[in-house]
Amino acid sequence: MSALTVREKLAILSDAAKYDASCASSGSAKKDSLKSGGIGSTEGMGICHSYAPDGRCISLLKILLTNFCIYDCSYCINRSSSNVKRARFSIDEVVKLTMDFYRRNYIEGLFLSSGVIRSPDETMGEMVEVARRLRLDEKFSGYIHLKTIPESSAELVEQAGLYADRLSINVELPTDEGVKKLAPEKKPETIRLSMAKLRQKMEEKAEPTLRTKKRERFAPGGQSTQMIVGADKTSDDGILHTSARLYGSYHLRRVYYSAFSPIPDSSSSLPLQKPPLMREHRLYQADWLMRFYGFSQVEILAGSSDGMLDLAIDPKLAWALRNRGQFPVDINRADRESLLRVPGLGTKVVAKILATRRHRRLRLEDVGRICQSIAKLRPFIIAEGWSPGTLTDKQGLRDKIVRSCEQLSLF
Amino acid sequence: MRPAELNLARYSVRLDSETDFTGWRDAARRLALNEIKPEDISWHVATGSDQPPCDLPAAPVGAQLVVPRDFIGHAETAFCHSDPTRVAFLYRMLWRLRTEPKLLAIASDPDTRRLEAMEKAVRRDSHKMHAFVRFRKIGDGSEERYVAWFEPDHFIVERNADFFVRRFTGMRWTILTPDASADWDGERLAIGPGAAKGDAPDQDDTEALWRTYFENIFNPARLKVKAMQKEMPKKYWRNLPEASLIPELIAGADNAAIAMIAKMPTTPAPHHARVQAKHWPKQPAETPQDDDAGTISELREAAKGCRRCPLWRDATQTVFGEGPDNAKVIFVGEQPGDQEDIAGKPFVGPAGKVFDAILDDAGVDRQKVYVTNAVKHFKFEPRGKRRIHSKPNAGEVQACRWWIDQEFALIKPELAVALGATAALSLLGKAIPVTKMRGQVIEREDGLRVFITIHPSFILRIHEPAEREAECERFLRDMREVKRLMAA
Repeated sequence: MSALTVREKLAILSDAAKYDASCASSGSAKKDSLKSGGIGSTEGMGICHSYAPDGRCISLLKILLTNFCIYDCSYCINRSSSNVKRARFSIDEVVKLTMDFYRRNYIEGLFLSSGVIRSPDETMGEMVEVARRLRLDEKFSGYIHLKTIPESSAELVEQAGLYADRLSINVELPTDEGVKKLAPEKKPETIRLSMAKLRQKMEEKAEPTLRTKKRERFAPGGQSTQMIVGADKTSDDGILHTSARLYGSYHLRRVYYSAFSPIPDSSSSLPLQKPPLMREHRLYQADWLMRFYGFSQVEILAGSSDGMLDLAIDPKLAWALRNRGQFPVDINRADRESLLRVPGLGTKVVAKILATRRHRRLRLEDVGRICQSIAKLRPFIIAEGWSPGTLTDKQGLRDKIVRSCEQLSLF
Repeated sequence: MRPAELNLARYSVRLDSETDFTGWRDAARRLALNEIKPEDISWHVATGSDQPPCDLPAAPVGAQLVVPRDFIGHAETAFCHSDPTRVAFLYRMLWRLRTEPKLLAIASDPDTRRLEAMEKAVRRDSHKMHAFVRFRKIGDGSEERYVAWFEPDHFIVERNADFFVRRFTGMRWTILTPDASADWDGERLAIGPGAAKGDAPDQDDTEALWRTYFENIFNPARLKVKAMQKEMPKKYWRNLPEASLIPELIAGADNAAIAMIAKMPTTPAPHHARVQAKHWPKQPAETPQDDDAGTISELREAAKGCRRCPLWRDATQTVFGEGPDNAKVIFVGEQPGDQEDIAGKPFVGPAGKVFDAILDDAGVDRQKVYVTNAVKHFKFEPRGKRRIHSKPNAGEVQACRWWIDQEFALIKPELAVALGATAALSLLGKAIPVTKMRGQVIEREDGLRVFITIHPSFILRIHEPAEREAECERFLRDMREVKRLMAA
């Protein structure tokens, strides 16, 4: 076998990394290069430097160190039984690629993951070395996200946190049974413990040290995880239950949902179909309801027949239609919590309504000027000169709203 | 026709450049202080003109113009907008703010909305500039420079230059645009005149690698062209080295996806069997042997995989008892909490700290006692980033007696301390009123003496300081009694 060029390796090892949905470069501590005279900055808000035709943002150089792997997870293109072409970057090559791309402003930083070769510690050690070289030798202050191998040693995780902005461990599937079935060598118990340890480390490092009174750096961008949707039979309610548990237990910044995508040389134990993209989208919306809109997980699908999110309408509208007794909400009087539950009102719009109504009473037209469209929210609000009357409780309201929203999207 | 177009306005104001916000601010201040109405002013931008800037009246001595503090920030951003009427519009905003100081908070006002929309457009353009500038390298060694050609919609080069300085401090770079340019030599930033596309280098070898990355990170099974174009509109494509790949990627996507789906699973790769044999040797099926543990550590090991009730599903781990296996007394709490679940040790959270302190005051050495919980997995309701403790039910307590009975059987203590109702239920097999019976010793049928008291978390829930202090005292008395019973 002749040696692969860097370009050939890049093709293989970025193709191998694309099934990981995480791309964020936001939420880390602010840093820049003014003092160091080096290269790189993170300023809180992430930047998407490009978009692929799959609609996903390209923010980081997302690659694997190697796609050789001793695990045999049936949903993964890199599983040991797969016939995919294999490659392995050297540490130098990854460092150079990252710097070359960053200097040309193609990327915000590096998201490095890897197949596990030989042992978890050996693989993790190489990933940490890439991060260390970037930070210390190249004076790189851009974003670094390292995938953490659950079985790796505490010392390596400690070093990873020192150099990386974010660490992540994938739970892979919403239930332990799913992991056991599709990723037989992975241990859900170990994954949980590793996330718990990361949370513990982050809390420990958030305290100022006794001697220097300074906080030590440890993954200021927090930890995240990914769940594959549609590879097993878990319902949306079950998936959201797992997310709520993960947010509460391990203080994750994000749970990423990745619609199971067919992969080349797929295993026969998995559905061969197009990825359920709309389902993935609805799960993200429901996730937002839990994190920013004050919904508890149980509420979101309470009263639904099958525990699945409605694919045709967003989860907040679906919830409102099932809970019409809580509407209409008076836009000029209701508190923030109630306004956040009105379909079509986002957090920013609610803030604007609250600020504006301190000075004047709002009419339906005013609300229309503040938000995108009132098609969705008319039946659910009372405004100056507007009351929905019997509209709120009307049969067929769902279809009516769906139709008017569809018409809007034609223009 | 409007007066401005006929040049009938009484005042004509000339600004030095499209980004001359200082000039605008100064002129606007003087005009407003002299009560000059928006319709009496015409604004012009004349770059490089020798004419005196304007014929404005001076501001009256001692006069103060009061506008909301945040207006200047909003105006400075909106001033970068390319709309030529923005200059007059911002003066009109200023004019209105004198009499309507809350105007900026009224999101439904058309002028406020326009201001917001302009700012939003400028911020978005700035953000896209951060994202879509593409440098090309020229020269090597000490001659190495990075040059980019970019076409923003608004006048944002000056505004954005600092971002690139903070980010590319250790690099010499130039960004060229039609209206302005920014140059950083490693020490100083210089804003210069506009340039032409031809002034920038037309290729860079690293682009081939970037295009390779772009092609391969794309998943053809997830084609969502609209989502891409919403965030990366076509107007930017001509200056993005990767964008010329997009049409063929879209065209080939369906076939590529169909091919992926249609491709039948093949036989495992040749190395697979070797990997399996080396790393995952087949182990004899483990039969859970949790009923013949001979020591506490064996029992702890067996409890790790406990599935006797559903609480393991949401918890992180089994939190087993801790302490010497010849302890004379076993303290039994309710269940692990948030901190215990993460650490895997009992009584390390807030209630554990209270417990430790009072035990210490009572002269009981925690190293010499065994502490455990009636239920060994944390039961909770997630609430955002917190977990709210839920009380374990009778079935869960019963399921966990499997472990606690064995802990007692192996340690054979002289005394058990039930901390709270759940512990008492577990130890006595029936619910008892703890507050009424605290301080009492109940002897079980098997001869074990059980001392009844409250759970230390009860103290934490008391907000009134005096009451809390009193409850601490009561708990301390209970612990002294426990010490006495231990010695007896």
